[in-house]
Amino acid sequence: MNNVFVYCEIEGTTVADVSIELLTKGRKLANTLGVQLECICAGSGLDGVEKQVMKYGVDCVHVFDADGLFPYTSNPHTALVVNLFKEEQPQICLMGATVIGRDLGPRVSSALHSGLTADCTELEIGDFDMTVGRDENNMPVKKHYEQQLYQIRPAFGGNIVATIVNPEHRPQMATVRSGVMKAEVLDENYNGKVVKHDVAKYVPETEYVVKVLERHVEAAKNNLKGAPIVVAGGYGMGSKEGFDMLFELAKVIHGEVGASRAAVDAGFCDHSLQIGQTGVTVRPKVYIACGISGAIQHVAGMKDSGIIISINNDENAPINTIADYIINGNVEEVVPKLIKYYKKNSK
Amino acid sequence: MKIVVLAKQVPDTRNVGPDAMTPEGTVNRAALPAVFNPEDLNALEQALRLKDQFPGSTISVVTMGLPKSAEVIREALYRGADEGYVVTDRCLGGADTLATSYTLSQAIRKIGDFDIILGGRQAIDGDTAQVGPQIAEKLGLTQVTYAEEILSVDTDARKIVIKRHIDGGVETVEAPLPLVVTVNGSAAPCRPRNAKRVMKYKNATVIAERSAEDAAKYDELIAKKPFLNITQWGASDIEADPAQIGKAGSPTNVKAVQNIVFKAKDSRTMTSSDSDVEGLIIELLNEKIIG
Repeated sequence: MNNVFVYCEIEGTTVADVSIELLTKGRKLANTLGVQLECICAGSGLDGVEKQVMKYGVDCVHVFDADGLFPYTSNPHTALVVNLFKEEQPQICLMGATVIGRDLGPRVSSALHSGLTADCTELEIGDFDMTVGRDENNMPVKKHYEQQLYQIRPAFGGNIVATIVNPEHRPQMATVRSGVMKAEVLDENYNGKVVKHDVAKYVPETEYVVKVLERHVEAAKNNLKGAPIVVAGGYGMGSKEGFDMLFELAKVIHGEVGASRAAVDAGFCDHSLQIGQTGVTVRPKVYIACGISGAIQHVAGMKDSGIIISINNDENAPINTIADYIINGNVEEVVPKLIKYYKKNSK
Repeated sequence: MKIVVLAKQVPDTRNVGPDAMTPEGTVNRAALPAVFNPEDLNALEQALRLKDQFPGSTISVVTMGLPKSAEVIREALYRGADEGYVVTDRCLGGADTLATSYTLSQAIRKIGDFDIILGGRQAIDGDTAQVGPQIAEKLGLTQVTYAEEILSVDTDARKIVIKRHIDGGVETVEAPLPLVVTVNGSAAPCRPRNAKRVMKYKNATVIAERSAEDAAKYDELIAKKPFLNITQWGASDIEADPAQIGKAGSPTNVKAVQNIVFKAKDSRTMTSSDSDVEGLIIELLNEKIIG
């Protein structure tokens, strides 16, 4: 009861990176709250799945192993999470802000009438005072809530960062994108328990209503997430042709190309290159921002980079305030020079 | 087929300028034009394609918002929808996704007869993608999210086949009718307005949009052309439980809102001259930051 839960997303029989990252975050939250960390693994052929997750500090792995639970479909997974939560009464539930997490999370939150915050960039524990009414002198009457989950996310086009709390409803649910949190093995021999559930008790046969007829999953097209050097382009690249210059720079300096949402929306490059709150989160050694103004959603996806170099003809671009090196100039002039002088000076 | 399309009028957060926030730190709504949520237009196109394929189908568009959000209903009528509903009421204000989905599900219950509910995957003012699945759950229906295209519908067997995006790929699923489908922005774009339909529906309004002095004029007009009345519903019309709507029905609370202030870092600024750029490259190479 009252523990922290992570729903582990599973492709085939492999637990997704985002779920592992959430286990590490969940462990920290559980420690702060003085409770246990539990997780759900649901799929088909999951013998030994606990070996993938236990070492991140999971105290209890709930395994649901049955035909029909992979590939994921909405209803059976909703049923097992909802019915398990009715028994376990968790206080927090974390899911990946993936296609699966964003399909499952809202359905579970609706069934349990609990609050869900999408695409959080930070999660913390803290107190909350809520105005619950007015006294006879018309002064606000506050109710104090301890140890609430602060669900922090950029909002409204990135002009604000909002902290959301769900004081009266449990579980407090949040989704987080892949790469936002960092996975850390806690103990290779961590000794949690494994509970293998009778799936039929949680998922009535009538829930298997959607059939997956065909499915193609490809490994990621790029290695943005793990790249040590990222060359990212924004709307300031001006055109698709202008943007293409970044691929040459990335090739020369052995980096990967990323983009801001504005560049993706303008059609300069593929959506899979998008860095930020609603894209990939990166932590490269070097981040070269080319013609990127630096909206908060973008910054949320790259702020932990080692060295940030900003090339921009607007010296007041917000990204310059977090940059280590600022080159005031036009990208179409500077990028070819970077290529030229890198080739000249590197051995 | 009976098709329901969910639409939302949203501030255009895609083109946020420096004047989007007031000096006091509140949102300057005047600086952000209100638009038809882009992915809801993709959903409308899928509905229109079903109507092309199954003549005699009807498309009902539902929105929740201020009376002004009737603008999205008119836009949908111009593009081929048959009727619209605006759920508007002071007591619906402050709703989070859960209270919103409850309200919309009550409106859909009142419409009653439907085979499919289509909506955009998410709205650009919140990017949560929650309302579609929550409506499905509240109506006891299944859902197909992130839909790219409706491939086929078998109205006798009550089955639909949909291509959808998943992380790192695509899948094709078969699902029973009725259901909720949310459509991606990468799906087929919505067809443009039809000039004849613009002429037909340009005076379509909800009651709340009509000024007192114009009321008589509108009454006369609607008596002749009932399709110019866009249905307006308040909370009591859809038999909404007061505990589940607006702020009261919203589990999430905003604890704090912070304006974005970047902390200036210790940084070096240089020009785009050859010597500056080469100097930077040499420094990065020497310190083994690159190379």
